[in-house]
Amino acid sequence: MRERRAPDLARRRAAALALFALAMAVVPLFASTYVVSVLIVVLFAAYFGQAWNIVTGFAGQLSLGHALYVGLGAYASAVLFVRFGLPPWLGMIAGIVVAALVGSIIAALSFRFAVTGVYFALLTIAFNEFTRILFDHFGWVGATSGLFLPVANRAHDDLVMLRGSPVMFYYFLLALSLGALSLSHFLLRRRIGYYWQAIREDQEAAEALGINVFRYKVAAMALSAAMTAMGGVFLAFYDNNLYPDTVFAIGRSIEIITAPIIGGLGTLFGPILGAFVLATLGEAMTQVSSGFAIDGLKQWCYGAALLLIVALQPAGLWPWLERHLGLAQDRR
Amino acid sequence: MLYLNIIVAGLLTGAVYGLMALGLSVIFGVIRVVNFAHGEMMVLAMYAAYVANRQTGIDPLLFLPAATLLLFCLGYALQRGLINRYIARPDHEQFLLLLAVATIITASLLMGFGPDARNVQLQYAYDSYEVAGLLFDKVRVLAAAGALIGVAALTAFFRFTRTGKAIRACADNQVGAQVVGLDVKRLYAITFGLGAACVGAAGCLLLLLIDVQPYIAPDYTLLGFIIVILGGLGSMPGALLGGLLVGVSEALSAFIIEPSFKSALSFALLILVLLVRPQGLMGRA
Repeated sequence: MRERRAPDLARRRAAALALFALAMAVVPLFASTYVVSVLIVVLFAAYFGQAWNIVTGFAGQLSLGHALYVGLGAYASAVLFVRFGLPPWLGMIAGIVVAALVGSIIAALSFRFAVTGVYFALLTIAFNEFTRILFDHFGWVGATSGLFLPVANRAHDDLVMLRGSPVMFYYFLLALSLGALSLSHFLLRRRIGYYWQAIREDQEAAEALGINVFRYKVAAMALSAAMTAMGGVFLAFYDNNLYPDTVFAIGRSIEIITAPIIGGLGTLFGPILGAFVLATLGEAMTQVSSGFAIDGLKQWCYGAALLLIVALQPAGLWPWLERHLGLAQDRR
Repeated sequence: MLYLNIIVAGLLTGAVYGLMALGLSVIFGVIRVVNFAHGEMMVLAMYAAYVANRQTGIDPLLFLPAATLLLFCLGYALQRGLINRYIARPDHEQFLLLLAVATIITASLLMGFGPDARNVQLQYAYDSYEVAGLLFDKVRVLAAAGALIGVAALTAFFRFTRTGKAIRACADNQVGAQVVGLDVKRLYAITFGLGAACVGAAGCLLLLLIDVQPYIAPDYTLLGFIIVILGGLGSMPGALLGGLLVGVSEALSAFIIEPSFKSALSFALLILVLLVRPQGLMGRA
């Protein structure tokens, strides 16, 4: 029974994904600028969530400091652009290299000294906060007063200098997000993906099987950091202004990880679904609470919604939705 | 002499930090749950003390027993009703749960009091003692004394009472504790209550020293983490030592480098300790 269903299932999943990608691709043709701006927020959250999902969802290492890599990517590309006029694609390479290096160093230091679990999570926060404060005092990149990118006219989209309309950023982010999805799908079915999952489930057993746990955990962190930094570049050129206290904020680190957890940690589609749910929730709360003008009402509803989700679907929404859409593997 | 004065002020503030972190340490040491809503709970206590002061003019120090009891009940109920179901779940689910709790606390305070900073007016706010050429601010001395009494009381509780011993037994071996017939659920709830009571007391004491506003909460959650990791998660003297250390390092770096740099040094200390001695200064290997 199962043998006959498997290829069928794969086809249905591919069809569902194609449908989703197509829908996302045509949305900007009809949608208002407001909808596009909300979807850009969704895609940023989805992409960062996917990048984070690699180190925490696949390899099982809880990082709570991913804003660090967003910031490194954003600052590297923005500084090279503002100070030297270099195109952001070159800055992106610099950002990726720096973030991957920093991620590897943090991971290597932690895992070499057997810092794992909660301690590792807190160490990632510490590096995140330390860097934020350093940038607060780093005058060359604007320190607390911020770094600003010159806003050119948006009559035409400059793909080389990343100056253009929100729709341009929308398509870049959609491509980025679908790319991350394919990469995750690909890696999970390679040796490295199986090694990560083995480490996540039982590190000692993985070690006993002869897996070089240290190397694969560092690799997960480096890849995750590099991908996060790539997203940071687009964030910098979309926002046009960078302040250490918002780019490196712990709040951003937490935002990055809530979408994948809500959607389903370690699943391929969880981060994307979680990003949609959270952004929709956030927008709905803004609409509703704006009628009351009470400080904190929005955050309160947001907290209550988080509580509800973690109480009802602690493993995330995607596994549940997947079953209902008939896309889940038959586990019987 | 100036430096000595700054170190003294740092030590006194650090004692309050130590009491706050002690709560985090006790909760983690026994229940193995990281209380990501720790700072939020403390800020809640600060607002309770602020309201009591505004309404009746009561000194936060006199309100302290009430705040401690209030937070104990809150912690007990929270553990019993909510967190207990998650103690065997993965780290990230616990994190999300406590993040939700923290968000709701901060948002509730924001709804009730708005984002403005609030403080209590004390007649003795600018009094100080001079001993052997050293200046001691009266508020800091009182806060530190309160904190040390709190730490001593909790230590005595764990050492001498039956319930305290039972909780330690749970921490050492949960299954064993269940086998000999201890009500682990209840003991966990008491432990979380005690951890919350620590921030109840620490909040009242800290209100003597700083203004309160809803958004300072995450900073104090982080500060609590730094301190317990410096001292060693689960170690009671470690939490106090870590608090003193962070208090002094904050005071010195604020003076020597600049105020906005004070937490950078704490984070640097944390990174150093985690890499050189991951179990913390006083933690067991």
